[in-house]
Amino acid sequence: MMNAFALYINYATLSLRGQMQYRVSFILGTLGQLLGTGVEFVGILALFDRFESLSQWSLAEVAFFYGLVNVAFAFTDSLSRGFDHVGDLVRTGEFDRMLLRPRSTVLQLIGKEFTLKRLGRFLQGGGVLIWSTLYLDIAWSPWVMALTAVTVFCGACFFLGLFINIGTLSFWTTETLELMNVLTYGGIEASKYPLAIYRPWFRRFFTMVIPMGCVTYFPVLAILGRTDPLGTSLAFQYAAPLFGLLYFILSLLIWRLGLRYYRSTGS
Amino acid sequence: MSHIRLENIVKTFRIARRRPGLWGAFHGVLRREYRTIKALDRVSFELERGELVGYIGPNGAGKSTTVKVLSGILVPDSGRCEIDGRVPWRDRIANAANIGVVFGQRTQLWWDLPVIESFDLLRDIYRVGSGDYARARDELAALMDLEPLYDVPVRQLSLGQRMRCDLAAALLHAPSVLFLDEPTIGLDAVSKLAVRGFIKRLNRERGVTVVLTTHDMDDIEALCDRVMVIGHGRILSDSTLDDLRARVTRERRLIIDLLDEDQTIADPDVSFVSRSGNRIHLQFDPDRVQTAALISRITAKYAIKDLFVENPPIEEIISRLYDEHELR
Repeated sequence: MMNAFALYINYATLSLRGQMQYRVSFILGTLGQLLGTGVEFVGILALFDRFESLSQWSLAEVAFFYGLVNVAFAFTDSLSRGFDHVGDLVRTGEFDRMLLRPRSTVLQLIGKEFTLKRLGRFLQGGGVLIWSTLYLDIAWSPWVMALTAVTVFCGACFFLGLFINIGTLSFWTTETLELMNVLTYGGIEASKYPLAIYRPWFRRFFTMVIPMGCVTYFPVLAILGRTDPLGTSLAFQYAAPLFGLLYFILSLLIWRLGLRYYRSTGS
Repeated sequence: MSHIRLENIVKTFRIARRRPGLWGAFHGVLRREYRTIKALDRVSFELERGELVGYIGPNGAGKSTTVKVLSGILVPDSGRCEIDGRVPWRDRIANAANIGVVFGQRTQLWWDLPVIESFDLLRDIYRVGSGDYARARDELAALMDLEPLYDVPVRQLSLGQRMRCDLAAALLHAPSVLFLDEPTIGLDAVSKLAVRGFIKRLNRERGVTVVLTTHDMDDIEALCDRVMVIGHGRILSDSTLDDLRARVTRERRLIIDLLDEDQTIADPDVSFVSRSGNRIHLQFDPDRVQTAALISRITAKYAIKDLFVENPPIEEIISRLYDEHELR
């Protein structure tokens, strides 16, 4: 495990140095991400300027959701690129090369491309998060602090799980991947707002099928010290992030199934 | 105990049948029809430690499928296979640490990185200790003159330089088996010789077992004592190069440089193959006529500048073998 981590650091450093060769592209990319996600948030600001609140959620609260998800997703985004390209890797034979190496395929795919441009998203998300806490009255007990950290971690794992799902699917097909983006990017967008504002079927889907709400909405309620309009208990809110972790582990298992399928069909 | 053992390996693929035209493509989305092809049909062979074997056959014969099974990428439908007592597909990671694979068409090095950094990364991927790594790297570098290339990004290497680096990259973890898939493809004559020389030394001096897949029969001629020919997923022939030759054709070539360009040669025991200028290629069967007798008969009858006897080129032997089995 330690060894795998060391290898990852190595992959990441090399990938970084590769990106640094194209310095202008790196700076522009980071700046683009910062501005792109920035504009997104300006949209939210404009919304609140016009309507003042979003069914009982204040701007600062929504900003907290938004910032937290962006920070978690920035981690994922810098690790998950390899899974977006499994189809291409299979076609070019590069995936076979990964199987020729004495390492897990997941580790190699994560290490394939560490994209530092995502730093832009991380900075923007972190900025919004900190800004929101200035206006929120959060009781920062050690429990709440730990919950925040666990939520970000489990959130990043959960999002990574979604990308692993996409990679797994491309062992079978290359055609439905665009559709899957509705789940990943669409879901991530949706999770930037409190789950309670959505319709029940949508809430149920993103809690029970894809536990997106478990790594954002429920724990954030506990952090903000709000009672849930949907009526969940505090204990559940604290435990919820673990479902994100569980989803990640499940995704890894499904990946192994996909890998077994690939290795028996070779297509 | 043999180093590599394959027993009745069978591998079939299901291939989606495509219908022509737009309607066909649409139809394919709704309902797919498959046909199965047998990529490997009861393939068996054994290799001893330190053998250097040529593995040849036309495209699509099953060569790369065999290599994929041996390297643990593909799981066969049935049959048994062991390398150093390990089942490759069941023990992929342990097996991968024990083998090296080079594809002539694709590099395993990182395109944008200097060569030495690719090597360093491979050291970590294969968990090679730093002492062993430095020794292996320096030895390989000395054998193939790699040090001047260390700082060059892989994308800037010539094909020959890249192949030398790829060979070294596959050997840094001191594998006991090396699979080479067309290692000389596209190389210039000098690089080809260098690569062949290196493979030979590696095999002789370190006892690495080498399986060489190639379409270049000069590779086979220069390197391999044993040749396996595969076609339609079946091993058609497994013998020494000389035996293969003797089995497919006993014929020899008689090449004669005439003094006089207008002359022709007629003899009941030879048949005409080709002529360019005053050089004539003839063919004869050494079982029907003694080589010495034939030569003295011809030299007595014609004015000849030079004369020599050759085996027919290996390409012809292979192509005759393919024809026999209705390949290609």
